[in-house]
Amino acid sequence: MAGIISYGAYIPLYRLSREILVQVWGGKGKGEKAVASADEDSLTLGVEAARDCLKGFDKSKVDALYFATTTAPYKEKQSASIMAAACDLREEIRTVDITDSMRSATIALTMAMDAVKSGSARTALVVAADTRLAPPDTEYESLFGDGAAAFLIGNDDVVVEIESSSFITLPFVDYWRLENDKIIRWWEERFCREEGYVPYMTKAIEDAIDKANVTVADIAKAVIYSPDKRMQGDIVKRFKFDPKAQVQDLMFDNIGHTGCALVPMALVAALENAKAGDKILAATWGDGADAFVFKVTDKISKMADRRGIKGYLKSKVALPTYGKYMHFRDLMEWEHDLFMERRMALAEIWRYRNFYFRFYGVKCTECGHIMLPHPNFCIYCQADEKFFEQVPMADAKGKLVTYSMDVRSRAIDPPNVLAVVTFDGGGRFFSQMTDRDPDNIKVGMEMEVTFRRIHDALGIHNYFWKCRPVRGD
Amino acid sequence: MRESIKDKVAIIGTGCTKFAERWDADVEDLIKEAVDEALEDAGVEIKDIQAGWVGTGRGSQQVPMGPPGAHIASAALQTQYIPFTRVDNLCCGGQEAVRGAALGIASRCYDLVLAIGVEKLKDTGYGGLGEAYPGKWEPIYGALGTPPGRYALAATAYFSKYGFSQEEGKRMLAEISVKSHYYGKRNPKAHLKREITVEEAVNAPMICWPLGLYDCCGVTDGASAAVLVPSSEAKAYRDDYVNIKAFSIATGPGFLKEDERYDFTYWRETQEGAKAAYEEAGIKDPRKELSLVELHDCFSIAELIATESMFLCEPGKYREEFTEKRAYYHDGEMPVNVSGGLKSFGHPIGASGAREIEECVRQLQGRVKEPSRQIANFELGLAHNQGGHPGRFVSGIAILGRP
Repeated sequence: MAGIISYGAYIPLYRLSREILVQVWGGKGKGEKAVASADEDSLTLGVEAARDCLKGFDKSKVDALYFATTTAPYKEKQSASIMAAACDLREEIRTVDITDSMRSATIALTMAMDAVKSGSARTALVVAADTRLAPPDTEYESLFGDGAAAFLIGNDDVVVEIESSSFITLPFVDYWRLENDKIIRWWEERFCREEGYVPYMTKAIEDAIDKANVTVADIAKAVIYSPDKRMQGDIVKRFKFDPKAQVQDLMFDNIGHTGCALVPMALVAALENAKAGDKILAATWGDGADAFVFKVTDKISKMADRRGIKGYLKSKVALPTYGKYMHFRDLMEWEHDLFMERRMALAEIWRYRNFYFRFYGVKCTECGHIMLPHPNFCIYCQADEKFFEQVPMADAKGKLVTYSMDVRSRAIDPPNVLAVVTFDGGGRFFSQMTDRDPDNIKVGMEMEVTFRRIHDALGIHNYFWKCRPVRGD
Repeated sequence: MRESIKDKVAIIGTGCTKFAERWDADVEDLIKEAVDEALEDAGVEIKDIQAGWVGTGRGSQQVPMGPPGAHIASAALQTQYIPFTRVDNLCCGGQEAVRGAALGIASRCYDLVLAIGVEKLKDTGYGGLGEAYPGKWEPIYGALGTPPGRYALAATAYFSKYGFSQEEGKRMLAEISVKSHYYGKRNPKAHLKREITVEEAVNAPMICWPLGLYDCCGVTDGASAAVLVPSSEAKAYRDDYVNIKAFSIATGPGFLKEDERYDFTYWRETQEGAKAAYEEAGIKDPRKELSLVELHDCFSIAELIATESMFLCEPGKYREEFTEKRAYYHDGEMPVNVSGGLKSFGHPIGASGAREIEECVRQLQGRVKEPSRQIANFELGLAHNQGGHPGRFVSGIAILGRP
């Protein structure tokens, strides 16, 4: 029977304390929110969650990728195709971005289930990520955070079965962005709650519970989407969920509202504490409502090595100022740059796409050394490249050989740290170091690689790998 | 059979502009200024010149369209349809111009030629050197790999390998910069002419950790020129001509920073280039035989490592043998960069190699403009440049001496 066979999540390293927002704007606020780094976007967040999810799974069996986001880096040009390459999926798969709705992720999950059930995909990957922005000095600015989650759907060793689902689609407008909007707009909250969220979430949940033949008391955890901090309370009361025992924390206090990734991330958090037999309800609002009743199987014990929500929550760095936050999220018009315009060469990236997107090195079969990027001859024994074989390096870990910190760099988040890493299994990577604390870099420290938006040039987002200190497992 | 260039080619005149942010001069003005001095020094006229080589990386354009043709020289000097060639080998461009001219003389195709190195970096509106034009691996792999960013990797590696604390390492490098500024102050044509203290250098604003402001050379405009003839004919021009004893260009295969064996504490290309040049010049003990080394010190750490890589010092012993003994001052055991070096004299990329050769020539002739830095009993001078970045260098070395 088809179901979720793996899951993963990602939370960016940086957190903005709401105290900083209170200092800048006044008002109240507690906790902190996760903020994507200057070199992250929804696509790269999604790649991280997908890689967490795929750990230990056969990537060659993934036949479809569904990427849910409302903040795709391109308007025309799919994100999922880049994500598929960065996750080292096969080329012979189908991919799609499912966008524009807070329900993009749950719809993507349903589409993936349908594909696996129908037999058109052996396994299908569902990834949700968002990096929504709200106007400064609003409740939503304080609320919104960045993050991602991923699920692998398949038939074998199912960890989470889907007992029931219900869907309602409505032409309801409450939150939206126009073509060129960077920040969200919204309609009066009372109207949204009374005419939309409360009645239709109620209907979807009732329907899903009925179809699954369970009662509210049977639900171990309820993951209930909320557009803001308050609305969820109405649903909790209406169904008499025990707020402490039954209602899954949406993690607004430590991550923030992560858009269409909110319910997927909260679901992963619920699964991290679940035991076999648990029933989990998940309900999402946006252009209507949907609800699912999930059942956790005994295979849940195999998911322990994921970093997931727990792992990524633990490893964090506080953003020191609101100014840094503005730089990270590009919230202002900045100083005119007299420096020469950055160029790029798409053809070169295409020629070496295995290196740039999949992070493949080459291994010389004559002497056994691994090299990246790909030279024409072995740099160790001068054998011709015809003796090379491709080797995936994205999961390799290594040690920092040396580094420097360029304070005057054009990087959005200086100092730009240049780093040289030698991987434990061989191979040397000269790279930029991201997600680092400049006061705590040491030669010899453990490093791993991460897929990032390197820079924009000629209107194109350029993605590539950087190294970073290993984040807490 | 291959023949050595040793003692075949003589330099009979040298010239150099004031190195500075030359808001008053464009690239052609700089060429004219340096060449005028070199021709006057040689006692020849531009119409006598049979061929010319101009070394420049960018000319005056820091734009992706790339560097200019040799017209920057022929137009600047109004030479009339003689061969002029632009040469470029990154920071060895000036060396390549002199080498091209020297090979022209050694081949006996010409017997009076001109070599020019020039760079006009300061008309761009920004500091620094711009970015590479998209090509192999550029600009994604190695993005933001600035020169200080790449050289500072070597400083971190050197400190770590030889057990220097950050403070010890910074002080050791500061001593080098203090020396560079000491000589910049004593060189009328130098760009940076203010003496500094170790404390100033250590506490200066950070540019690229661990390198601070005074560990880095500035961005400078300038040109330098030399007039070359066959050694056998040099006496007709002047008695105190200087012979080329050796010339080496060692172009590395690149990929050293990607090579697990490389630890960033030595310059392999400079080691190979030095070996070749010493052999050609017949030098057995460089530290004893060389009177002056003008080496590529775009950063303080570059001077330290180049000194070790030219076998003037045991690896890891620089502080003991150079800093603590002040060996690198003009009256020390092994004078290094007593012109002020790239650090203080300035580093207009393609001009530096020719400028270093000029320093060696004038030292040999006992004609250093500020006598307080004249080296006594001068026999052999070495000029060294390095283009590229640690792990992917080209090294150029010229050795100059009496006939």
